[in-house]
Amino acid sequence: MSIRVLSPGWLTSVQDSGRIGYAAIGVGRAGAMDDVALRLANALVGNAENTAALEITLRGPRLRFDADALIALTGAVIDARCATQEIPQWRPVWIPAGGEVDLGSMRRGARSYLAIAGGIDVAPALCSRSTDINAALGPFGGRGLVAGDDVPIGDERLGFPRNALGGRPPGDRAGHDGIAAAHWSLDPQPWFDAHGDKPVALARGNHFEHLDASSRRALFAREFRVGNESNRVGYRLEGGKLRLEAPLELVSEGVVPGTMQLPPNGNPIVLMAEAPTTGGYPRIGMVATVDLPRLAQRRPGDHVRFVETSLADAQTRYLQRERALAALIQTITERLKR
Amino acid sequence: MTPFALEPLGDSALLVRLGDGIDPATNRCALALAENLRAAALPGIRDIAPAYASVCVHYDIAALAGAAGAGSPHQRLAEQLGEIAAKFFEAKMAGPDTEAGGESPMLEIPVRYGGEFGPDLGDVAAQAGIDEQAVIERHANGDYRVAMLGFMPGFPYLLGLDESLHTPRRASPRTRVPAGSVAIGGAQTGIYPRELPGGWQLIGRTPLVLFDPTRGQPALLQPGQRVRFRAIDAGGEFAALIR
Repeated sequence: MSIRVLSPGWLTSVQDSGRIGYAAIGVGRAGAMDDVALRLANALVGNAENTAALEITLRGPRLRFDADALIALTGAVIDARCATQEIPQWRPVWIPAGGEVDLGSMRRGARSYLAIAGGIDVAPALCSRSTDINAALGPFGGRGLVAGDDVPIGDERLGFPRNALGGRPPGDRAGHDGIAAAHWSLDPQPWFDAHGDKPVALARGNHFEHLDASSRRALFAREFRVGNESNRVGYRLEGGKLRLEAPLELVSEGVVPGTMQLPPNGNPIVLMAEAPTTGGYPRIGMVATVDLPRLAQRRPGDHVRFVETSLADAQTRYLQRERALAALIQTITERLKR
Repeated sequence: MTPFALEPLGDSALLVRLGDGIDPATNRCALALAENLRAAALPGIRDIAPAYASVCVHYDIAALAGAAGAGSPHQRLAEQLGEIAAKFFEAKMAGPDTEAGGESPMLEIPVRYGGEFGPDLGDVAAQAGIDEQAVIERHANGDYRVAMLGFMPGFPYLLGLDESLHTPRRASPRTRVPAGSVAIGGAQTGIYPRELPGGWQLIGRTPLVLFDPTRGQPALLQPGQRVRFRAIDAGGEFAALIR
């Protein structure tokens, strides 16, 4: 089975949980920007949570399914239709063979995730199916999808959860050519910041003390704006420049998604999923890993405030979220089996 | 004075810092320590990447979570890494020099210098106050070592550039630097693994493929690899090597 891309939207790419283990040769992690939305989308169609799915950015693609498929759409609130029917989010939905899924603009957030039972079955590159657009690495030559691409779907869909829709298997839709959606869904509230106004937790970076006094205060007081040049590599933050007390000469060393760098122009950059493995700018802050999905859902022009966190609190919140997520995924899995 | 420091790099990575400059001794030490840490195979470690003067250790926060009161994942890992690093330095002080890669074979990289392949060769020569041929000889006679990879998959930062060839980056970066370009940026020399934007001075180009994810060893050069350059002509040899 495959999905034909009729139009790609603003940027649609294949993403899983990222590429791990190759930092020493300069290969970064890439993977989904909102990893939580990816994992939940996969859980809703019975996939392992790190299975490759589509990451849709700002405006959605138009896709034609050549066979029956079970999908789930999570993350940003997006206009989604199949023919005349609206496709609801955060639940399993059957798409009939030949169905055209039309994903439009996003009303909230910046990234939606479309998981398909069976997963996207492209060849892995360095143990991952994620697209590293900046490094031109991964499926489709390391680029976003374009019109005419055929996205292969894995055969494991044959073992798809029969009861995802409350007991109706796929062939059992007599006289029904449209979609069929489960009558239950997830509450997105804990996993998606619908109003985009929650603060993002930031720990002081190794070079925070080199900021001048007013910049140290401003970092946690100011409202920043997500710059237009922001992408999967980094979020450029505007709204008043930050200054060091004196220039710092640094040698290149490790950076990770969440590292906040201060380049000479004074506008901080938070490195995101496609962070390079090394960097040489002063590291003034570190976004808590647990809040990276929240930041990834802000779009250019949106506002961001940072609240100071300690490293220990950031890790505690991450562990709490992982426990809650694991429990929810367990519940979904049992629900699909019933 | 402790020879290393442990610094958090956010909540999912940690830097073992051995210094804050670019010098061969510190870098060799970082590469050897990275090997040591890799061999220790600590649970919860996702990745280990050496740089000029530090080793970056990426970890899985959840895999390092202990029982209540056992300390944060960062504290638990920092303790373990601290012990390994301390032992590493003890052994280093006590025993003979056992640096990784000390006896590693030399890899020769063919380079077509100058002309369209190295449009900045003239500027580097002018900066050094010598002619282009002398730049080629000095660059090709150098004995280099890969200090680290970064910036892009397979991009090597090489130590060993002759001091007279140190050249500041270009005032305005190029939007497209061809794959294989051999370049100088300040005291560093490196090779662009694919077409990229870049601000380094381009002195030549190699037909070798620096990075190919489908190869058993995707990166041509590994940290610690010894490297030498060899000048080749533009005609047959460059073309033949492309195949």
